[in-house]
Amino acid sequence: MAVVLFLLSGLLPNGFGSDLDVARAQVLNILRLAVFLGVIAAGQTLVIISGSEGIDLSAGSVVTLTAILTYILVNGANEKVLLALLVVLAAGALIGFINGVGITFLKISPFVMTLGMAGVVTGAIIVITHGSVTGKVAPIMTRLIARPLSPSLPIPNAVLIWILFGILIWLLLERTTFGRNLFAIGVNRITAKLSGVNVTRMNLLTYSLAGALAGFGGFLLVGNTGVVHLQLGQPFLFPSIAAVAVGGTLLSGGKGSYWGTMAGAIVLTLITSLLTTMQMPDSVRRMVLGGTLLILISIYGRQRALRQ
Amino acid sequence: MNRSRWEVFTRRQPALFALVLLVLAVAINLIVQPHMFARETLNSNMRVFLPLILLAVGQAIVILAGGIDISVGGIASIVNTVLATRVGLEGSPAEMWRYVFISLIIGLLAGAINGFFIAFLRLQPIITTYATSFLYAGLALFILPNPGGGIPGNIAAFYRNSTPLHLPLAFYVIAVVLLIWSYLRSTRYGNFLYAVGGRAQAAYETAVPVTWVQFGTYLISGLMAAFAGLAITMLSGSGNADIGAPMTLNSITAVVIGGNALSGGVGGVAGPVMGAITLGVIQNIISFANIDTWWETLVRAVIIVVALAAPGIVNLFRRRQP
Repeated sequence: MAVVLFLLSGLLPNGFGSDLDVARAQVLNILRLAVFLGVIAAGQTLVIISGSEGIDLSAGSVVTLTAILTYILVNGANEKVLLALLVVLAAGALIGFINGVGITFLKISPFVMTLGMAGVVTGAIIVITHGSVTGKVAPIMTRLIARPLSPSLPIPNAVLIWILFGILIWLLLERTTFGRNLFAIGVNRITAKLSGVNVTRMNLLTYSLAGALAGFGGFLLVGNTGVVHLQLGQPFLFPSIAAVAVGGTLLSGGKGSYWGTMAGAIVLTLITSLLTTMQMPDSVRRMVLGGTLLILISIYGRQRALRQ
Repeated sequence: MNRSRWEVFTRRQPALFALVLLVLAVAINLIVQPHMFARETLNSNMRVFLPLILLAVGQAIVILAGGIDISVGGIASIVNTVLATRVGLEGSPAEMWRYVFISLIIGLLAGAINGFFIAFLRLQPIITTYATSFLYAGLALFILPNPGGGIPGNIAAFYRNSTPLHLPLAFYVIAVVLLIWSYLRSTRYGNFLYAVGGRAQAAYETAVPVTWVQFGTYLISGLMAAFAGLAITMLSGSGNADIGAPMTLNSITAVVIGGNALSGGVGGVAGPVMGAITLGVIQNIISFANIDTWWETLVRAVIIVVALAAPGIVNLFRRRQP
């Protein structure tokens, strides 16, 4: 299914002109934009696969937080970049961990817990920044993320990073115990538990990981654009869920892959940029996004009918 | 294995927790705002709380049957923008009534769309209403791209000032809602609600019309969201497409604080009503407690998370008891 979407998305840009170079540039542009959505949607993929209505609504605010933290910590200094990355991953993992605790021990539904945490994170951002942010991105970040690897290969590094990232996530999901257990608890939590999977630990791990991945997304994002503002991560939240759904991952959990999410991210970025080029106001963009998601889950998200 | 009488009682009355919380919140509020029960203050407070109360009632019913409705904020926003643009500051009462009627229809329609996708196509409530929330919010923004418009001053004033028999107008509205609910609960539909929320599969097998019951809950939620939109329009007197957005999470919080289980099948409407009032009181406390502006958002969010966590923590302790 993801392949079909990929091909579809390949057809559309070509309609903009028969010039191959223009088309190629457009594809690269879309890819470059889709990277960030793709990385942010990775954590989302994990929690959704884990089932029981897993979802991470704090991803948007975590992205904003980590972007701002990176901005402040790095402050233009190349040496601080690695430190900032570690801090940011830890921060994301911490928030994710809190999510996991609330969901596992206090039995709060993931939707409510992560939504609540999103508010807390946003509040924390305001406290930290007092409304204005001072800082700078280090040159090495722009070099590594925004620029291409070499002039002969005009693909921004971000895309290459994303491909590498995708391979890592695929390995995680398909070739590790964690991945296997993740699918197991997604399919049937009770059976998995009876087969010896430590569901509690899996939950905590999954949400912490999701938080850390969102943090990584924030890091990449600020490295690419070099600016931060309070609404930086917000526009990625809903599309991240949509990307996962479009990519073929069942919203009830237990099935899915990150490649699908990547394809979904590309399709969504395509739709958004199409709408922007058509100069549609934000209102129409939102409606189309909502409508598209609705149609897509109607096709791919139907649950079993009551009549077994 | 003798459960204490207390334990049995608290299990049967989930709203008790909400009541305790409400009393606590009111007590704290009295400390920071001693004249809270003065007629004018009470009226002013209650009419601010009313939109959320209405929203919470609709949300409670949806959640009872095992669903959830994230689009309520969007529906309220649409109603607000429609009223603000169509009636406008110069509108006549007749126009107002007409568009109030239309708003209610809009609410029902939006609810029907939700209900169609969830009950008939069997999509997941969370993601479906999340998607429609964007649809509705976008529509509201489309109708009114920039805050503005409004409703006739005298109508807003009526809402603001009317105190029949010296009690806030809001009290009467709440009373009517609660009356309607107790009637509903005594009907077959009321029983069906709990059956579907508890175990939908089992309900289906006992010939409960699960699909229609669920569809109905979304109609109700949409209608209540329209009422809430009406209330908030009369409160603010102007239009703003983003007006409903923060109310969605609050409505869910109110239901959870009210003692209802998010998974459905447990609780009533009185609890969420108290929960909504509690949230409003907390908001009041924060405003009066002179907390640094920068910390306000964080404090509010933390309180919400704590309030959401509280039933879970209470359950933890309950389970520890031998």
